[in-house]
Amino acid sequence: MSVKRTYEEINERIKAGKAVVLTAEEVIGKVREQGVTKTAKEVDVVTTGTFGPMCSSGAFFNFGHTKPRMRMSKIWLNDVPAYAGIAAVDAFLGATELPEQDPRNTKYPGEFRYGGAHVIEDLVAGREVRLRATSYGTDCYPRTKLETTITLDSINEAILFNPRNCYQNYNCAVNSADRLIYTYMGVLKPHFGNATYSTSGQLSPLLKDPYFQTIGIGTRIFLGGGIGYVAWHGTQHSPGFLKDEEGRELTGTGGTLAVIGDLKQMSARWLVGTSYIGYGVTLTVGIGVPIPILNEEILINAAKSDEELYTVVVDYGEGYPKGEPEELALVSYAELKSGKIKVLGKEIPTSPVSSYFRAQEIAGILKDWILKGEFLLSEPIQLLPR
Amino acid sequence: MAPQKIVLRFSADNADQPIIYHLVKDYDLIINILKASINPHKEGTMVLELTGTRYEEGINYLKKQGVTVHPLTQEVVRNEDKCTHCGNCTAHCPTRALFIERPSMEVKFNGDECVVCLMCVKICPVHAMEVRI
Repeated sequence: MSVKRTYEEINERIKAGKAVVLTAEEVIGKVREQGVTKTAKEVDVVTTGTFGPMCSSGAFFNFGHTKPRMRMSKIWLNDVPAYAGIAAVDAFLGATELPEQDPRNTKYPGEFRYGGAHVIEDLVAGREVRLRATSYGTDCYPRTKLETTITLDSINEAILFNPRNCYQNYNCAVNSADRLIYTYMGVLKPHFGNATYSTSGQLSPLLKDPYFQTIGIGTRIFLGGGIGYVAWHGTQHSPGFLKDEEGRELTGTGGTLAVIGDLKQMSARWLVGTSYIGYGVTLTVGIGVPIPILNEEILINAAKSDEELYTVVVDYGEGYPKGEPEELALVSYAELKSGKIKVLGKEIPTSPVSSYFRAQEIAGILKDWILKGEFLLSEPIQLLPR
Repeated sequence: MAPQKIVLRFSADNADQPIIYHLVKDYDLIINILKASINPHKEGTMVLELTGTRYEEGINYLKKQGVTVHPLTQEVVRNEDKCTHCGNCTAHCPTRALFIERPSMEVKFNGDECVVCLMCVKICPVHAMEVRI
């Protein structure tokens, strides 16, 4: 008889301390050992994790009103400009924003040592941040200048809102050009000297639910060390599948998540300001998504291993910058993780951009939260476009 | 003069040349090779102790051959709290002092293998690699 489970049943088992939870890595071995049907009968939830640079991230703030009142129209946090084109003391700080005086790539390759992502990390770490604001002044908001220090505790609200995180799958980057290039995938040596890849493969949330059967609007997740939610599908969400030569669907690709959560309960261990030499600033974000095992099909996908998950190799020295990315090869995450891949007959050393080691930790933390009854699963209000 | 510890970096074009031989033969320098390695891209790194009255001439010769030379006065350390174990550094470490342990995918740093080329300090996305003087 096939297995059927509901969110309510799973949550009842979590509350009773009876839920069986495995990480997306552990479940692979379990299914290999005892098969899909038996595992589906036993396991309630599979936890995933990813910890990598996610540029489309940022935070909304409400700083609280000053005396006299001010309608802040330009705002800087540690000299990084925040967007103030919303109500009086609200602002949005983007992770990739740079201080105006940062030299960028004028002295190539630029270092990009500090930006919006570092401000977010400083705040989450409890460090003081300098707030500078100007205004044109109005009858109801007469103040025109402010310079003060804030901490995460001293301001009204801080909401992490990342419009595009958690890419389902991502290109493996190589460089065919005859010079070193500096990209958001790291430093790429000339003549296919190295290859870099992102996503946590068999631990990656959207690779383990490729048809978006469980992850949707309202899904409760691990976000930056705290609890967050899937707010919407992410920008550029464009689900599809990599296919093999016979046209069989191999691995999901193109899905993204917009996520939201209270920054005040997050941790600097899981939100880290990050600099890519010659490229810019980004935020390394920790995300963990629970996958409820509602049926056997969901388990089959959640138990896919690095050997069964693929990505494409793309040339960042030639096709990618032109907007004409050519797929040079299909490689499995097992090959990528082994430390070398073969492309066009050439052996290329690989290195990751996202941290598999720490993604394991996220999947483990989320598993613990569920086992302790501290984290219940939420049924999506609406599933994502597929 | 006292022996000087220096770090030499060879490109793929000069790593196969008998350059060190000329330091001894032509400049009468005493050499003591402390570490030497060639990576898969044929780039070489060497930590060398060098003594002799024609030291400066020897260094000029090295530079003319396209070898980069800098003194070994620093040590690279990893800030364990900052490292996210992303592994980005491992492709650029010439001596594999930074490497990924499998299957855990934890990034390890073996300071004994480090030749202070400072590449990791330059590229670490979270600035976890620091120079200690």
